[in-house]
Amino acid sequence: MNIKKYLQVYSYFNYSSFSIELEYKINLFIDLLTSILGLIGSVFLLSIFFSNTDDIGGWNFNQALIIQGIYTILNGVTNTWFNPNLKEIVKYIREGTLDYVLLKPIDSQFWISFKRISPTGLIEILLGFFVLSYCFYINNISFTFWSFILLIITLICSISILYSLWFLISTTTIWFVKTWNATEVLRSFLYMGRFPMDSFSFSLRIFFSTVIPITFITTIPSEVLLGLSPAWKIMLEVLVSMTFLIFSRKFWKFALRFYTSASS
Amino acid sequence: MKNSSIYKFSTLFKTQYANMLEYRAEIALWAISGVIPFFMLNIWTNNGLNESINISNVMLSRYFLSAFFVRQFSVVWVVFTFEEDALLGRVSPYIIQPLHPFIRYFAQHIAEQITRFPFALFIALFFFIFNPQSLWVPSFLTIIISLVSVFFSFLIQFLMQSIIASFCFWTEKASSIEKLLFIPTLFLSGLLAPVSSFPPYVKSWIYLTPFPYLIDFPANILSGNQANISEGILIQFFWIVLFFSIFMKTWKAGTKKFTAMGL
Repeated sequence: MNIKKYLQVYSYFNYSSFSIELEYKINLFIDLLTSILGLIGSVFLLSIFFSNTDDIGGWNFNQALIIQGIYTILNGVTNTWFNPNLKEIVKYIREGTLDYVLLKPIDSQFWISFKRISPTGLIEILLGFFVLSYCFYINNISFTFWSFILLIITLICSISILYSLWFLISTTTIWFVKTWNATEVLRSFLYMGRFPMDSFSFSLRIFFSTVIPITFITTIPSEVLLGLSPAWKIMLEVLVSMTFLIFSRKFWKFALRFYTSASS
Repeated sequence: MKNSSIYKFSTLFKTQYANMLEYRAEIALWAISGVIPFFMLNIWTNNGLNESINISNVMLSRYFLSAFFVRQFSVVWVVFTFEEDALLGRVSPYIIQPLHPFIRYFAQHIAEQITRFPFALFIALFFFIFNPQSLWVPSFLTIIISLVSVFFSFLIQFLMQSIIASFCFWTEKASSIEKLLFIPTLFLSGLLAPVSSFPPYVKSWIYLTPFPYLIDFPANILSGNQANISEGILIQFFWIVLFFSIFMKTWKAGTKKFTAMGL
């Protein structure tokens, strides 16, 4: 694999999708407003919870805010890279244009996963980091080089798990053609990543750490920041994210064997 | 009467229903994606958050189950369909037909709700298996009144989205406005927390907006929680009339701006 070639292709991808998105400048502004309102809404919901109690699942309000920050960052990542691309997979397969992708002298998974980029999510990522730095202040977190490295590692792992989940569901399009609503199911489950996993009952916690690993996506990075996460949890997250990445890759290769074009 | 509007609507409805049955697997998935109220219920009861707002566990679980049902039958997506139709140029033939294009979308929504009904019932059945103590059978009158208020809630949301959809004539991408409007709908309608638990500084103005009448009010009726039925229905009716007249105005202004796209 020629990394230089891929980087260059990627910069072309970015250039073309930025020029598409900038066609709709007012939309950028509306989307910014949407992500700010969304954050206000979830903080409002948290404040309702905490007006009745001091802690939910052992997390106080200031700590739960960290999870909101992490969630906002990851949601921004989803909206910037995963959502716009994987929405297209359905179109590629239904219209048979996946043929053209497969014929290109470039990795097909790379092409489908990184073709589009939507700048509105970038604003959300910034917003998330803003919330996170405010959380450092109110939680008196002493920020060391070591915790910074750990945060980056766990965030990268979360992003890999998220990507694999989205990509796995989109891959099933090859058999079922219309999986748009399956991604809606995933989205509504991921929504629960806004809350500390300890606030759910035991059975739901099991569900959220095995079937859909939301625990690994938002709760563990937040625990790392608070210094609450033991080393084995971080190791486990690295392991889980590696497994997901490798599996999604293998699954894509496997699914392609069943691809039988359309139209033309 | 082949020309009566009832005949037209029932024919439209029948074809749309057949169309929706074709996609029942997608609709089942869509029904599952509405389970968020159950997760919220789990957070509420698992942390004993409902003690201070004087709603028992059983009443709260009925509330969230009702909220799930109300949401299932008031989901609206007309702006997304209309946007696609407008961009692909399908709106042009609809506009010259002697039938308002939105009647077609309306029939689509009703057909989808009926297809969705058995799946929603199935999910409710699961809910009662895990929470047998919250099983209840509302009286016949309650069911009728809640059906009316759920339908009104659907109409309010359908008209709100139709107004946004008619902005497509100006901006092409109106669905981002809908995404913006969805945020207050999500947090203020009572889907994630009953409005009675909201802090006083929000309660003081929230009833002046249509949001609590979308989910909280019908869910309270259905679950047997406190609700001022006649006043609520009247206010819902007020919003329907208001949004209908606004929609008619924006539609009329929009069709004058209309430029055909696509083919």
